[in-house]
Amino acid sequence: MLVSVKVGIPRALFYYYLFPLWKAFFEYLGAQVVVSPPTNKEILNMGVRESVDEACLPVKIYYGHVMYIKDKVDLLFLPRLVSIEKKAYICPKFMGLPDMIRSNLTGLPPVINVDVNAVKGQRAYKKAFFEMGSHFSSSFRKINRAWNEAFKLQSRFEELLVSGYFPLEAIGILESGHKGEKDKHDAAHEIAVLGHGYTIYDNFLSLNTIKHLKEMGAKINTVENLPLNIIERTAAKLPKRMFWTMGKRILGAALYYLERSQIDGIVYVTVFGCGPDSMIADLTERYARRRGMPFILITLDEHSGEAGVITRLEAFMDMLAWSGKNENHFSSHGKLVDIC
Amino acid sequence: MKITFPHMGNLWISAKALLEGLNLEVVVPPPCTKKTLSLGVLHAPEFICLPLKINLGNYIEAAEKGADTIIIAGGRGPCRFGYYCRLEKEIMDDLGYNYEMIVLEPPEKSFFEVIQDIRAIAKCSMLQIMNAVRTAWLKCCVVDEIERKVQMIRARESCPGLADGIYKEALKDIDSAQRGKEIISIKRRAFEALNEVPVDPKREIVRIALVGEIYTILEPFANQNIEKHLGKLGAEVKRSLYLSSWVNDHLLGGVLPLESTKEACRLAAPYLNYFVGGHGRETVGSAVKFSREGFDGIIQIAPLTCGPEIVAEAILPEIYLSEGVPVMTIYMDEQTGEAGLITRLEAFVDMTRRIKFSEKDSDLLILRG
Repeated sequence: MLVSVKVGIPRALFYYYLFPLWKAFFEYLGAQVVVSPPTNKEILNMGVRESVDEACLPVKIYYGHVMYIKDKVDLLFLPRLVSIEKKAYICPKFMGLPDMIRSNLTGLPPVINVDVNAVKGQRAYKKAFFEMGSHFSSSFRKINRAWNEAFKLQSRFEELLVSGYFPLEAIGILESGHKGEKDKHDAAHEIAVLGHGYTIYDNFLSLNTIKHLKEMGAKINTVENLPLNIIERTAAKLPKRMFWTMGKRILGAALYYLERSQIDGIVYVTVFGCGPDSMIADLTERYARRRGMPFILITLDEHSGEAGVITRLEAFMDMLAWSGKNENHFSSHGKLVDIC
Repeated sequence: MKITFPHMGNLWISAKALLEGLNLEVVVPPPCTKKTLSLGVLHAPEFICLPLKINLGNYIEAAEKGADTIIIAGGRGPCRFGYYCRLEKEIMDDLGYNYEMIVLEPPEKSFFEVIQDIRAIAKCSMLQIMNAVRTAWLKCCVVDEIERKVQMIRARESCPGLADGIYKEALKDIDSAQRGKEIISIKRRAFEALNEVPVDPKREIVRIALVGEIYTILEPFANQNIEKHLGKLGAEVKRSLYLSSWVNDHLLGGVLPLESTKEACRLAAPYLNYFVGGHGRETVGSAVKFSREGFDGIIQIAPLTCGPEIVAEAILPEIYLSEGVPVMTIYMDEQTGEAGLITRLEAFVDMTRRIKFSEKDSDLLILRG
């Protein structure tokens, strides 16, 4: 192949979970991977214009990224992520996303569209990758090697996450090859920031929630910072098995942080209209309340003014500080926090 | 043990017959009202879908009547309904209600798993169970048959409300009937009465199909009596789902030759090529099916934030473009004012009527309602 094929990957949704795997896989097969830029106002506006009103913000932003990248690539990577593990789905919208995009957007380049459905077993997951690979190579061995290489890189990515990095930092480390300075300021409080990865790690979407919390003196733990086996073990204690992968991980992490680790509060970041979160956030809040753990729910939408979020986060952090210093029966929920 | 269950349209008639046939004490929650909804809204998560909010209201009102056990279906996702049982239990616990929860998980293989579940609850003989199931099933089918007839008459009757009066009366009789023969004769009487309702032969009738999420389609309170409003506007309504066909598809494994949503699932491709949980694929497929059957308009109803229906909503305009039947989406939430809904329905029915009855306008491009 003289000129390598340009494969476009939208920087949204599962980019924050699986990008190293996808990138390494395509690059090993000789493709050039093109990623849309970090979400910005233009991308958001394009997404909001093209998608249905009721879709959640991450899906709208995904539309925007697809719009941005579609004319700049030869092939668009648009998988149908039904399930990435046994007996658990991701979200109904993910299952219909390729059909939604195809219905709503015109002028799409050729699309790599495979169904990734590991609900009945992990083998289907690998099979989906072989189907993707067949766009680039007819050699089974080559695709197999690409899969192995990609999987290795993904494992390193996940190790980095567990050692305390966030996905964007970890992707940066994998690309540049050296670890940056980990910001080691003294943290007054340890906080768990929970939510779907594509919500909390997209700085534009989350209105820099993580950055603001750090500036307010918080050390931040997320779902991705916990090893998967610990999360699975804690999530297995739920009275009914949770059938959304992300939901299960968030609940597992929440229970872990509530039970064992020394955190001072939970910040749950969700988006308007997120189906799974409407239940998981509520369950997390209930579990947190029963243990007297401070909890705040931040719901985001297209509104892009940061001040409101900052005010609420400040109030939350102040409350944590005061409850440590002044009195130990300071209300951690209900009137004081919920109303603002 | 006093058993209760959430309302969903006429489900209570069959559910009551089934559970009473198993010698269980049943508390039917009071019919859904604004108070039911308010109670649910107060205690449910803000962005949860409407059915859960109404369910909670049902449970709280049933508890006032002495219920202490809830029976509800489970699920394996990806629709939120699968986790309803758990979240509802947590909420009721936090509110201090002492409810026991019986969850009927969907059968993996056959109807006999449901029977086994039932036997675990009720200590009674196989014969009793079969009788109870038969009576419940008969009631379910008869109710649906009468309802279909009512949907026809509503659009045509010259004095609105007569058909609904007969329907209401029939439901009451079916509920109190014990034996098969009684039920059949109630059905015959209802049909005779409905056939005698004076109709206006000059009315320009349009046929509107309702597709969408099962709860909002089946529960008139959740869809603000959309069928009655459409009937008054001269629209004959058909739904993509009736309780009997749903039970046949999902609990009896489709053994009976009733209308099935399987065909709809097949027709959903190439618009939607995968199941998306809930009734998303059925919605898309039914829209295609009804378009090809010559319906004049299609209305999708769903609870706000319902994921599967959002996928379907995004795809429906494409179906309009290729099949040529107007489509409108209406989301149901806690807003209970009917005027806005009626205005939208009027506009939609007017539009479909104009397409149908004035030849020369039919070439005009009609945007989505």
